[in-house]
Amino acid sequence: MTMTDTLIAAGALNVSPAASPAASVMWLVIAVPLASAAVLLLAGRRSDKWGHILGVAAPTVSFLIAAWGLFDLLSRPANDRIQDFDLAWWLTNGIDLDFGLRVDQLSLTFVLLVTFVGTLIHVYSVAYMGHDPDRRRFFAYLNFFVAAMLLLVLANSYLVLFVGWEGVGLASYLLIGFWNQRIEYAVAAKKAFIANRIGDVGLLLAMMIMFSEFGTLRFGDVFAAIAGVASWDPGHATVICTSIGLALLLAACGKSAQFPLQSWLGDAMAGPTPVSALIHAATMVTAGVYLVVRSGPIFEQTPVARLVVLIVGAVTLLFGAIVGCAKDDMKKALAASTMSQIGYMMLAAGLGPVGAIFAIMHLVTHGFFKAGLFLGAGSVMHAMKDQVDMRRFGRLDKFMRLTWLTFMMGWLAILGVPPFAGFFSKDKIIEQAFVPPPDALWQAWVFGAVALLGAGLTAFYMSRLFFMVFHGQARWTDDQHPHESPPLMTGPMIVLAVGSVSLGLILTLAGFDDYLAPALVQAHHGEPVLNAYLIMALTFVLVLAGAGIAWLKFGRASAVVPELPPAADGLVRAARADLYQDEFNHYALVVPGQTLVAVTTKTDDAVVDGAVRGLAWVFQGLGGLLARIQTGFVRSYAAAMLAGAILLMAIVLAVWI
Amino acid sequence: MTVSAYLLLASVLFVIGTATVLLRRNSIIVFMGIELMLNAANLAFLAFSRMWGNLDGQLAAFFVMVVAAAEVVVGLAIIVSLFRTRRTVSVDDENLMRH
Amino acid sequence: MSPLAAGDPSLVMSVSEQVLFWTVGPIVVIAASALLFAKRAVVTACSVMVTMVGLAFLYVGLEAPFLGVVQVVVYTGAIMMLFVFVLMLVGVDISDSFIETIRGQRWLSLLLALGLAAVLGGAVWRASFSGVAGLAQASGGNNPGAVAELLFSDYAFTLEVTGCLLVIAAIGAVVLTHRVRLTAKVTQADRARRRVRDGLHLTPPPAPGNYARHNAADVPALDASGQVIEDSVPEVLRMRGQVHSLHGLAQDLVPGDVPPDEEVKP
Repeated sequence: MTMTDTLIAAGALNVSPAASPAASVMWLVIAVPLASAAVLLLAGRRSDKWGHILGVAAPTVSFLIAAWGLFDLLSRPANDRIQDFDLAWWLTNGIDLDFGLRVDQLSLTFVLLVTFVGTLIHVYSVAYMGHDPDRRRFFAYLNFFVAAMLLLVLANSYLVLFVGWEGVGLASYLLIGFWNQRIEYAVAAKKAFIANRIGDVGLLLAMMIMFSEFGTLRFGDVFAAIAGVASWDPGHATVICTSIGLALLLAACGKSAQFPLQSWLGDAMAGPTPVSALIHAATMVTAGVYLVVRSGPIFEQTPVARLVVLIVGAVTLLFGAIVGCAKDDMKKALAASTMSQIGYMMLAAGLGPVGAIFAIMHLVTHGFFKAGLFLGAGSVMHAMKDQVDMRRFGRLDKFMRLTWLTFMMGWLAILGVPPFAGFFSKDKIIEQAFVPPPDALWQAWVFGAVALLGAGLTAFYMSRLFFMVFHGQARWTDDQHPHESPPLMTGPMIVLAVGSVSLGLILTLAGFDDYLAPALVQAHHGEPVLNAYLIMALTFVLVLAGAGIAWLKFGRASAVVPELPPAADGLVRAARADLYQDEFNHYALVVPGQTLVAVTTKTDDAVVDGAVRGLAWVFQGLGGLLARIQTGFVRSYAAAMLAGAILLMAIVLAVWI
Repeated sequence: MTVSAYLLLASVLFVIGTATVLLRRNSIIVFMGIELMLNAANLAFLAFSRMWGNLDGQLAAFFVMVVAAAEVVVGLAIIVSLFRTRRTVSVDDENLMRH
Repeated sequence: MSPLAAGDPSLVMSVSEQVLFWTVGPIVVIAASALLFAKRAVVTACSVMVTMVGLAFLYVGLEAPFLGVVQVVVYTGAIMMLFVFVLMLVGVDISDSFIETIRGQRWLSLLLALGLAAVLGGAVWRASFSGVAGLAQASGGNNPGAVAELLFSDYAFTLEVTGCLLVIAAIGAVVLTHRVRLTAKVTQADRARRRVRDGLHLTPPPAPGNYARHNAADVPALDASGQVIEDSVPEVLRMRGQVHSLHGLAQDLVPGDVPPDEEVKP
């Protein structure tokens, strides 16, 4: 704390308004995991013995500070909860690029989610990566990821957010390709990084437009400037706000694996399961939703960008659901599910401030139950010798009771069965989807229907997953002895299962929407086109239908699940092939890019190099021609000399005489 | 007319000597052509010496003769040594300095 | 044509000089042109000698008698002789073919020669000459003496340098023609040993003996028994069949006609 005082006294730390003690040490939640990562990386093999302990301790400390921060925040009046800290950094006149943190309801929510789920996954990793000689490095990267993610959510300007954004991208690359001895894992890491990079272009564009228009990147100042947009020239305002919105959406698509930048998420499952759980389920992929929600004031001004957000969310929702129905790889099915659920969140965020609240709520509950599902999948892989093919599982409920139970909790939560967590968040989103914006009634029907359909499909494929893995007949490969996982693994799963069960109820009862609302744009509640209870009932029916079909096909004791994927019609084959996303990327992006490179190279070679070579050829030719004068015959040389002499004489005589 | 006649004669001899150098292949004949050129120069010197009325031109011609003698000595020695090694006196056979 | 327009009488040749010029001039030119048109090298050498001598005449006509003589002595007598010696070394009979081997050389040479002629002729044409002063005063009646006076006073240094040049030229000639001996030199002793080894005639060939009536080289000597010794006549003459028969030289010494004991007279 003295450091903060010293910094304030020196004028380097600028706090507005008066800071509470908890908020002013919030920078520690970033610094501690970062320092831990640095120590673990620099200490090297020496720290292999105690590295994991430090690795677990760091996010725990962050969580405790964050919890204290929450209590502190709740103790303040509801309209006084946003606190910004600036560390004077770019000390030049006129350029406002200070480094600072913002502690408010939205960022604290994320901080708590990241640190809590993160700590649990760190504990899980101690046992999951127990046999890996690089476990210490794994913890270093995980800690670095936690630090970067927290920087992202605690940022008070788009610039600091971008630093965190890049940091999590780097951490994701390092962790997906953790076992980079396998070439395909390294390639998957590269693919993720490149897809992220394309999104980063969007974020950079948005920041550049903001900076050139407003001269600042700080949230508070940008939103204040946006609020005054009514006084601008209308055409100019639309162009600026829409372009910023679309650019931010592009960034969000890259980070959150939304259409059209969704192809990397399936391949990212090459990383260890804790990585999939933490990064690609609970936290990093939600950073895109965070960005959209945080930039709510901007989206509020641009219905076009909002509509695009809605469309992206809806398309991804269905995309993920369709792909998930046909995947036989357990982790890839869960990845498709993540993609779909984040589509829900995007859809909600595009619906306006009210939808944004439910998006965040769904984000939090999804963090819990998806992480729990992934940890359960990891437990199954641990028991089945790192297999992931669901067709070779079955009847594991007898052998892995705890895993089965925790997985079931997560499954019911994602289905949205009341009173589990997913019900409170997802149903609210579906209901909000049926609320039409002031002048576009069709949107309510279209997006509401899509959301409903998505719910049904989610129920189907998640149930398919659950039943294929745990029920039906045992279709194991030879020499399998499934057993329950050690307590260090089952412990976090149990905690997350508890969260899956209860978190939705707790959040609703505690008034999450009222808590979060002051951090976002003030909004009015609209009325859905259908009765809210009718929507709820329709949802329930669809969920039951989906789960029921899955039970009939996969869950019954008499269900026959072929061990090899059976021949199927076009849609199933397309779904198995990820709806041809890789082929599309290849023909839409890779081939033109490579053609452009080839053309440029050839032009450079033929034209530029060709000009140089041609010039050299010309001179060589000239030289060759001139060399023919050197015949070796004395008489030829004599003739040449005589010619020169005559010329000289003639010139001299002409001048003189 | 006096001077110009002798000068014209000298020019003719000089041109013949030059043509010899360019056209004949036998190196000894070429050498003789060079001697002819030197003689033509001598003639010109003497014509001018008479014109100006002092003997400097004659002395110049004298020195030219001396130098020509020395040159012939060395030149013929070269031709002889070339003949000894290559058994030829043709200037066209000495064509190694070529591209 | 400017010289004549000046009207200076000294620029016109006297009659005798004209005669000299117009006789010797064409001879010189024609002889010089043999350099271009003669096939055999020896012919060109002789023609050039004629040219040199002709030029000597012209020098004398140009009031430079000393140089005229030097021309004959040095040029014709020494330099051209050197040429002839080298020609003999190389092969007296050698002749050039007139087929031109370098493409375009003949035309180029013709062109250049004409160009040179044009330049030189043009220079002479356009020059304007002051009056011919003549060397009567400068020579003072003694042309070699006057030349010597100048040579050893104004041009002494040049003289010395030219002397060095001559020495160097001589050394150069020796160096250039020096042949490194590849085999050992055959000495007299080696030759004698070889003769013994090969079983050749060891003594010098016999000279005409006691009863010689003639000492000509083509008359063979007789041995003690009165036989002709073939080796006493040089081989060349023997090859040519020019051995003189003894008939008519010494009837009493013709082999077969001399009684062995009775012919001994005091």
